Amino acid sequence: MSAISQAQAIVESDPSSRSAGSGGSRWYKPRTVVGKIIRWIVLIGFACAFLYPFVWLLAATFKPRQDVFDNRLIPKTFTLDNYVQVWQQLPLLAWLGNSIYIAILAAGFVTISSSIVAFGFAYFRFPFRNSLFGLVLATMMLPGAVTMVPLYLIWKDLGFLGTTVPLFGANLFGSAFYIFLQRQFFMNLPRELFEAARMDGCSYFGLFRRIAVPLSIPSFIIVFIFEFQASWNNLQAPLIYLNFGSPEQYTVPLGISYAMTLFSPTSGGHADYQWVVTAAFIVTLPMLILFAGGQRYFIEGLASTGRKG
Amino acid sequence: MAVLTDAGKKPGLRRGRAGKPKKTKFSRSESIAGFLFISPWIVGFLIFTLGAMIYSLVISFTNYDLATNTANPVGFENYANLFDDPKVFMSLGNTLYYAVLAVPLEVIFALFLASLLNRVPKRGAGIFRIIYYLPKMTPSVATASIFLLLLNGNSGAINQFLGFFGITGPQWLIDPAWVKPSIVIMQVWTVSGTMLILLAALKNVPTDLYEAASIDGAGKVRQFFTVTIPMISNALFFCTVVLTIAAVQVFDQAYLLFFRDPTNASPDAALFIGVYLFQQAFEQFNMGFAAAIAWLMFFIIMIITVIQVRVGNRLVYYEGGTE
Repeated sequence: MSAISQAQAIVESDPSSRSAGSGGSRWYKPRTVVGKIIRWIVLIGFACAFLYPFVWLLAATFKPRQDVFDNRLIPKTFTLDNYVQVWQQLPLLAWLGNSIYIAILAAGFVTISSSIVAFGFAYFRFPFRNSLFGLVLATMMLPGAVTMVPLYLIWKDLGFLGTTVPLFGANLFGSAFYIFLQRQFFMNLPRELFEAARMDGCSYFGLFRRIAVPLSIPSFIIVFIFEFQASWNNLQAPLIYLNFGSPEQYTVPLGISYAMTLFSPTSGGHADYQWVVTAAFIVTLPMLILFAGGQRYFIEGLASTGRKG
Repeated sequence: MAVLTDAGKKPGLRRGRAGKPKKTKFSRSESIAGFLFISPWIVGFLIFTLGAMIYSLVISFTNYDLATNTANPVGFENYANLFDDPKVFMSLGNTLYYAVLAVPLEVIFALFLASLLNRVPKRGAGIFRIIYYLPKMTPSVATASIFLLLLNGNSGAINQFLGFFGITGPQWLIDPAWVKPSIVIMQVWTVSGTMLILLAALKNVPTDLYEAASIDGAGKVRQFFTVTIPMISNALFFCTVVLTIAAVQVFDQAYLLFFRDPTNASPDAALFIGVYLFQQAFEQFNMGFAAAIAWLMFFIIMIITVIQVRVGNRLVYYEGGTE
């Protein structure tokens, strides 16, 4: 549901109002200076609260084993040893490889399939179109827990258990929320563009490939980033489909949770949490980079379409 | 949900109002092409949604055992067992307690953060938006491992912080009374998705409403309750519904911290219905019983959502009249 809420925000936010919105203009005429100062203190205070766990985590990755829990933000003894050791202690490289492979397939498939379906709903006029689209929207609200058991049995019947296919296979058939999102983008392309291309003898698929796709690149990037993130962070599906193989087959979230258990003193580990925190930081890094790079596209993508849902 | 309903109406308007479109108005080649384009979704829906739901219904009436790969019809036995199994009631109670605590806190905290961000001048907005959004980008497994250490009763940073004020913090992850609040804290920390929705809604409140209210002598607090809340009630309602559906299915943090390690004495305090479903399906391999639990969850979510929509329709202000 997280992707839904994020993109919902993007769909609902009207970029034009961002400049003329209420927030900007009222800021410059606050009632009192004191109120302004308090607001900044609270704002920065929460920024610190959100940053603290990351800084804590980053600091912990530079600490030797006995200092990991000392809560110092500047390590007493600074060491890069964890960054060297972690690759030998845990099959972290394999986990990163698996996660990248699965995330790219999952995001790539869902971006392509959802956009094809979205274009079908956006451009063509055919019987039952609106009721079928209503069905698409209804499936967005279906709780994932309901289909968890039968999906496992379906993948089992299809013979895909023990492979990574269940982690991205369903993405070949589009995903309700992304269909909704991309349809919104396609609906904003002027219809005359397509009519003109039809006159010139462009095929239906040509309309999609030559006109709709090139004009909607930002929406493709948004869908890709959302699904990449969802796949990267997904814990439950790998728990179901990959938990029985060797640790080398794990994805990043499954691997970290395996490491937490492996080093836990209650299950015979030696509390080597310095490797857990280092691994946790390394696997969070790609998401931070993705977000830092993608933020531009989120906002530009919105500005360029300039429409309200 | 204004966006969704608007989107549904748009194509109708586009087709023009002159006369109801009849079947004959559809071009044959265009209809075929349209169905071809949406065919991936139709196939996916038939297999992975409708097919899965029917499959789930069928196996809920069997004793499907994955270990032996046998299934015999057992009638309503699985559903009867729902009422006999004390763990079902316990996990439902835990889930309810969690949801009642988590959902309002999440909505209020997200609204608070969104109002804060809404007042930031444009130049600083980008960096604050990134920082406030950071928790959402963190994999839940990383969040769990960070909080496992932060919430440690003896050496954790949170209890050390409380210690400055002379408060002795609880044994967050050990004391059964504090297990659910701990999971709520983790969930509230990652509320930035909701925050963005509410921020977008705040940006859409017309400025002149505030000007009119302040001319009428309404203070900031009064304006917040008489202008802001009604104007964003649609978004607040949407967030509440979505967060409730998510809360009933809560899984990641609870499972990671309390059930992943088989040697852990499984604390019953963290046994949510989503966790119990997972255990029954993929640890005990009682697929039939697990399917019955899933349908129980489905109906609970349906009932809550219907109630929320009924109540919401009375409370939510829709621009441009009712509905």
